[in-house]
Amino acid sequence: MKAFLILEDGTVFEGTSIGAEKEVISEIVFNTSMTGYLEVLTDPSYAGQAVVMTYPLIGNYGICYEDMESVTPWHAGFIVREISRIPSNFRCENDIDSFLKAHDIPGIQGVDTRALTKILREKGTMNGMITTRQVNPEDVLEEIKAYRVEGVVKAVSCKEKQVFPGDGFKVALMDFGAKKNIARSLVARGCQVTVYPAWTTAEEIIADVPDGIMLSNGPGDPKECTEIIEELKKLFATNIPIFAICLGHQLMALANGADTEKMKYGHRGANHPVKDMKTGRVYISSQNHGYVVKEDTLNRNIAEVSFLNVNDGTVEGVHYLGKNVLTVQFHPEASPGPKDSAFLFDEFINMMEVAK
Amino acid sequence: MPKNALIKKVLVIGSGPIVIGQAAEFDYAGTQACRALKEEGIQVVLVNSNPATIMTDKDIADKVYIEPLTVEVVKKLILKETPDSLLPTLGGQAALNIAMELEECGFLKENNVMLIGTSAKTIKKAEDRQEFKETMEKIGEPIAPSLVVTDVESGLAFVNDVIGYPVVLRPAYTLGGSGGGIAHNEEEFIEILQNGLRLSRVGEVLVERCIAGWKEIEYEVMRDANGTCITVCNMENLDPVGVHTGDSIVVAPSQTLGDKEYQMLRSAALNIINELNICGGCNVQFALHPESFEYCVIEVNPRVSRSSALASKATGYPIAKVTAKIALGYNLDEIKNAVTGKTYASFEPALDYCVVKIPRLPFDKFIQAKRTLTTQMKATGEVMSICTNFEGALMKAIRSLEQHVDSLDYGNFGSLSNEDLEEQLHTVDDQRIYVIAECLRRGVSYEHIHEITKIDLWFIDKLAILVDMEKRLKTEPLTKELLAEAKRLEFPDHVIGGWTGKTEEEIKVLRKEYGIQAAFKMVDTCAAEFEATTPYYYSCFGSENEAISDNKKKKVMVLGSGPIRIGQGIEFDYCSVHSVWAFKEQGYETIIVNNNPETVSTDFDIADKLYFEPLTAEDVESIVNLEKPDGAVVQFGGQTAIKLTEALMKMGVPILGTSAENVDAAEDRELFDEILEKCCIPRPRGTTVFTCEEALEAANKLGYPVLVRPSYVLGGAGMQIAISDKDIVEFMDVINRHKQEHPILVDKYLMGKEVEVDAVCDGEDILIPGIMEHVERAGIHSGDSISVYPSQSVTSKIKRVIEDYTKKLARSLHVIGLINIQFIVYQEEVFVIEVNPRSSRTVPYISKVTGIPIVDLATKVMTGQKIKDMGYEPGLQKESEYIAIKMPVFSFEKLRGAEISLGPEMKSTGEVLGISKDFHEALYKAFLGAGIDLPKHKKMILTVKDSDKLDAVEVGRRFAALGYEIYSTRSTCRVLNENGVPAKHINKIEESTPTLLDLLLGHEIDLVIDTPSQGIERSKDGFIIRRNAIETGVTCLTSIDTANALLTSLESADKENLSLVNIAEI
Repeated sequence: MKAFLILEDGTVFEGTSIGAEKEVISEIVFNTSMTGYLEVLTDPSYAGQAVVMTYPLIGNYGICYEDMESVTPWHAGFIVREISRIPSNFRCENDIDSFLKAHDIPGIQGVDTRALTKILREKGTMNGMITTRQVNPEDVLEEIKAYRVEGVVKAVSCKEKQVFPGDGFKVALMDFGAKKNIARSLVARGCQVTVYPAWTTAEEIIADVPDGIMLSNGPGDPKECTEIIEELKKLFATNIPIFAICLGHQLMALANGADTEKMKYGHRGANHPVKDMKTGRVYISSQNHGYVVKEDTLNRNIAEVSFLNVNDGTVEGVHYLGKNVLTVQFHPEASPGPKDSAFLFDEFINMMEVAK
Repeated sequence: MPKNALIKKVLVIGSGPIVIGQAAEFDYAGTQACRALKEEGIQVVLVNSNPATIMTDKDIADKVYIEPLTVEVVKKLILKETPDSLLPTLGGQAALNIAMELEECGFLKENNVMLIGTSAKTIKKAEDRQEFKETMEKIGEPIAPSLVVTDVESGLAFVNDVIGYPVVLRPAYTLGGSGGGIAHNEEEFIEILQNGLRLSRVGEVLVERCIAGWKEIEYEVMRDANGTCITVCNMENLDPVGVHTGDSIVVAPSQTLGDKEYQMLRSAALNIINELNICGGCNVQFALHPESFEYCVIEVNPRVSRSSALASKATGYPIAKVTAKIALGYNLDEIKNAVTGKTYASFEPALDYCVVKIPRLPFDKFIQAKRTLTTQMKATGEVMSICTNFEGALMKAIRSLEQHVDSLDYGNFGSLSNEDLEEQLHTVDDQRIYVIAECLRRGVSYEHIHEITKIDLWFIDKLAILVDMEKRLKTEPLTKELLAEAKRLEFPDHVIGGWTGKTEEEIKVLRKEYGIQAAFKMVDTCAAEFEATTPYYYSCFGSENEAISDNKKKKVMVLGSGPIRIGQGIEFDYCSVHSVWAFKEQGYETIIVNNNPETVSTDFDIADKLYFEPLTAEDVESIVNLEKPDGAVVQFGGQTAIKLTEALMKMGVPILGTSAENVDAAEDRELFDEILEKCCIPRPRGTTVFTCEEALEAANKLGYPVLVRPSYVLGGAGMQIAISDKDIVEFMDVINRHKQEHPILVDKYLMGKEVEVDAVCDGEDILIPGIMEHVERAGIHSGDSISVYPSQSVTSKIKRVIEDYTKKLARSLHVIGLINIQFIVYQEEVFVIEVNPRSSRTVPYISKVTGIPIVDLATKVMTGQKIKDMGYEPGLQKESEYIAIKMPVFSFEKLRGAEISLGPEMKSTGEVLGISKDFHEALYKAFLGAGIDLPKHKKMILTVKDSDKLDAVEVGRRFAALGYEIYSTRSTCRVLNENGVPAKHINKIEESTPTLLDLLLGHEIDLVIDTPSQGIERSKDGFIIRRNAIETGVTCLTSIDTANALLTSLESADKENLSLVNIAEI
C-alpha cells in the first residue's frame, strides 16, 4: 500500500506502508547508525518522534527481542529506504514489519532518505505526518505544525519501583526513559540497582540510602521537567555520587543554573567523537539528543566542561567542581553504538568507592 | 600533539612491481601519503622499482629512485640521502619487510634514522606469528588454535595430536597469502607445508584449526599516539572464511551483523590496536561463527593495505593521508576531514549506501589454471561499485569487471543436470554466484544452498531477488513499475531489452518517457549529516539527483581504465591521472569516471569531480546527460575507454584527440592495410577471418608459423602462434567461445627484433621521446619482453626508417595525442606489426627516463597546442644518457596450473625498471628488481627445444664459465657435450629416478632454462618442470634471449658498487 510522509514545509515523500496502517504526526529526526535499528526503535528518548534511518538497508538481521532497550518501542513512526525481504541472523525471532505492526507503529519504506536527511539538516528538525491517505498537504500543514513533543518523560518512565539484585553498590536509577543497558551496565559491575519513576522525590531516594544515583536519558525538552529539576537540586546537595546521561545531564545543568537550547537537527548516531578534556583522547560515542547545554551559561565556579564534541564544539560532559557528580551528554551504555566510553561506569563505581 | 619538528626528510619505500596480492593500492596509498607529507613541508625521498606508478613522479616526491627494492639498495640509499626518518607502512609487505630487516640489523639506529608511524616492535608483534599469538592471549582476544612450525614433523604431530583436519597453513611474512592453503589430508598438508616453509622469509608456517565457513569480517581502524581509536569502516565477505579476502566478494558496511556482533568485533579491533600500540592505519580480520558470538582474530596488518584502499574509497576517508600525518606526530582530532571540511579525522564515517567489491581474476588469461579460490589470493585487481541497495551494487560491480557478463544469467550452468549443478555448487570458484543463481532458478532451497556454500541466507535472498526480476522480465509485460524496479536493481537496458523482446534503444526511449533516469548521490563520509564539499558521486535509480552541474568552465571527461588485469595495468591509471592534471592546469573542469578502488585516479581530490561508476555506454551516458561535457578523452584508459569511443560519439560528445574513425582505421584490418599501402610501409602478410575454415585456409596460404588473434584487444588477449592446422582449430575454438564482433586476424609470423615507439602527434608534427628495443625476439608479447631504452642494436639507418614510418602513420591516421607503434626488424627491413592510437604501457617509463612529460604534452596537443610551441623540436628526441631497462614481473606462483612459457599473449602482472648510465648495470638492476638475485647454489637445469639447441650451446658455455653446474636431459645434454660444454645428464620425469623433478625438489637449483616448442604439441614434461620450478621458487626462463640477457647481467655485475639514480634530476 502507498504511504506518504508530509513534512511541515510541504515536502511530500511517497513510499510504501510498513508496520501499522495508521496516521501519525510527530517530530521527524534522523539517525546515522548503520546497525542497531531495534535499539533505536526501543530507546524511550525517541518518544514523540518518527526516526529516519540514513542507512538504507534496514531489518537485515531481523528482530532479536533481547536487544530491546525498553519493554516496547516508543517511536511515533519509522522511515526507511528499504526493509530487507528476509531477515537473517541466528538470534532472529521476528521481522521488522511484523514487529511494527504488533506495536501499532506506522512506517514508510521506499523513501529517498538521503534527500529527506538533507532537508532536515538544512532546515532543522521539523514535524511531519506519516499517512496512507492521499491528502492535500495544504489541508494538513496547520495540524502538522501545531504538534509538540510534550509530557513524554512521564509517559515513558516506569510506573513503579523495580529492583535488580546485586551484592555491590546500591545505585538509585532515576528513570526518565532509561535504556535497559544502563541498568545492565551497572548490574554487570555488581551493583544492586533500584529503578525509580521519574517523579520520585529526592527525599524518597535519600531515604533508601543509595551509594550512588544514576540519572538516565529520556525524551523531550529538558526545561519542561521543572519538578524533576527541583528534586535534582536536592540530590546535588547531598554529596551522594551522581552519574548522569543525556537528559539527566541536561537536567543537572538546569538544576545548577545553566541553560539548554534546542539544536538545529541534533546528534543521533553511533559515530560522534567526544574529546576528554583531561587527556585529549577522543572517544567515539553513541548519541541521541536534540537539546544541548549551552556552554556559556555554565557557572565556571561550580562546573567545567569535561567532554567536548569534536565536530561542532558543543558540550558533551560536565564535571562539577568539588562534587562527586559526573554528567555526559552521550551514551556510555551504547546499545546501539560503540562501547568506547563504557569506562565511565567504572569511574562511577570508583566515585562510590571513594565516597564510602 | 603537533607535528614532530625533528622530522624533516622522510624516506618512503614503495611496494615494487604489481604482483598478485600487491597491486595498485600501494601506489594510491603511497601517492596520497607523499602528497600529505609534502603539504607539511617535509622533504620526501622515494624508492620504488615500479616505473608505472604515480608515486615515482617528481611532482610527488622530491627525490625519486626507481631502484631494486632490496635491503642492500635501501641501505646505500640511506647513506646517500641521509633521511632522518623512514615511513615503512605505505609500501605493503615488501616495504615493511625491508624496513624490519634494516631495523633488526641495527642499521637504522647507526645512521640515525627514525622509524616513524607504527614502531618496529609493533610490526613484529603483529607480523610474527608467535608474538602475535602471545599478544592476543594476553588481552584475551581469541585466535584459532595454532602452532608455528619450522619443520614438517612438528606440524604433523600438532595436526594429528591436537586439531585434526582440515587445517589452514599460513607462511609468515609473505604477501597475498603466498604459499598458504587449506589441507584436508596428510598428503596435501605435507605439500603445502613444505612449500610454505620455503617461501616464508623466516622459514615459519602457522598451522591452524580450520574455521572455513565462518563469516569473514574486516575492520579498518586508525589510532594516534594519544590512544584515540576509530574504525573507518567494516566489511563483510560474501564468501565465508576459506577464500582469501582479496578473492572474495566484499560488501561494506557489514550486512548480516546485528549491533551486538558489530560492536563486539569493533571493540575487539580497538582493543588489539591499543595493545599493539599502532600509530596509523591498521586492518584487523575476524572470523565470526555464524550461529553464536564466538569469533577468532584471523590476522592484523599494521599498515595500509588493499582493504584500506577499499575502505578509503568506500567511505571517503583518506586512510593513507591520515596515516602519514599521524606519523608526523599529529593526533586524529587535529587532522581535518578533507571531504566535509568541517569535521575531523577523529570520527567514524557513516555510510548511507552499500558498497560491493568484486575481484578481477585472471582465468581468462590462464585457461589452464585452476579456478578454485583458496586462502592464496589469485586476483590481479578489483572493481567497486556503490548503490543504495545491495542488488544494484552487485549488478554494477559485475558489469564493471568487463568480462562479457551483465547479469546473473551467465555461463552454461543451465545445461547441467541437477546432480552436476549441485556438484558445481560445491566448487568454490569465481563463478559461484552464477551457479547459485541457476540453483535458485530451479527452485533449490536457500537452506540447501547455504548448507553447501555457507553463504549467509541474506546474500542468497539478494541473489534470488535478482533471479526473480530476471523471471519477471522474461514473462511479464514491461510496465512502468516493472521497468522502474528493474532499474532500481541496476539491470542494464540491453539486458532488459534482450529479455523483453525489445532493443536497448527502445528501453532507453521508454525510460525517458516514464522519467526513469539515473540520479547521482554523493559519498560524503557522514550520511548527509554535514554538508560536504567533495564531489564524489555514484548513481542509483528512484532517487533525487544531487549532483550539480554547470558549464562555467570548459569541461572534459576522462574515462579511466577499470580493474587491473593482465594486459591493462596501473600504467593506464598513471596516464589518466596525468591527463586530468594537464587539463586542470589549462583551466578545464575535469571529470573522471572509473570503478577501480585501488587507483590514484579514484582518489577524491584528483579530478574536480569523481564518478565511481561502471565504464559501460549506458552508465557513461547517464553522466553525460547530466554533465554535458565539452569533450571526452579515451586515449588514456586503455581498451576500456577506447571501447566507449563510438558510444560517446553517438551521445554527441566530441572525442578529444584522435577521432573515432581513425581509431577504427588502426584496428580495422582492411582500412589499415590501405593506409600502409599508401605510405609504402610493409607489414607481415596476413588476412582477416571469422570461421575456423577460413583461418585454416589463410594459414596454409601464408605458410606456418602464423599469428592468430582477435582485433580490438589489449595485451594480446587470445593471441597465439600456430605451427599446424591442429593449433588453428584449438585457438579458433577458444577465441570463438565469446561472440566476436570483429574479425580475427591471421598473419605470417616473422621472428625478428621487436622495436617499439610511443609518440605524440599534433596533427602535423610528431615527437618521439625514444626508441625501445625488446630483448626477446618477436613472438613474445611486448608486455612480457625485456625492453631497453635507448635501443642498443638498432642502426641509425633503421632508426631513421622508424622515425619516418611513425611520422607517416601518425599523419595518415590523423593522430592527435598519443600513438604507440610496434615494429619488427627482420633481415634489415622494418615491418609494422601493431599500431595503437592511444597511450601504452611504456608511456610512464619513457616519460620518467627521458624527462619528457608525454601525457602532459599529449593532453595539450588535444586542446590545440602545437609541439613546436611547447618548446620541443619535433622528431626523434636526443637519446638520454641513462639506459633504462624494463623487466616484466610475473605472478605464476599464485596461479596453480598456469602455463608459464611466454608467447604472444601477455602474462606478466607488473614490471620493474633498471636504470643506469651503464647498460650492464641497468640490466643487472632490472633482474635484481624483478627478484632474480643470482647466483646462489650455482646449479641449473637447461633443456631446450630443437631449434634452440645451437643457441643453447653458447648459453651453456657462458653459464659454465660462471661456475654453474649444468643438468640437461638427453638430447640437450648430448649437444652441449659434443660442443665441449660440461653438462650432466639427468632423466626426464617419466624415466627412472632420480629425474629432473627430484633435482628441483632437492632445493639446490638456481635456475631452469626450458624453451618449449610452439603450439599445442608442447610436451607435458616441460610443463611439469616449469610449474615445479615456479612453485618451488626457482627462476625459470622460457626464452634463450632472456637467458642471454641474464648471462650478460651476471657476467658484468658489480653488486658492491651499484649506482643510484635520482630520476627527479633527469
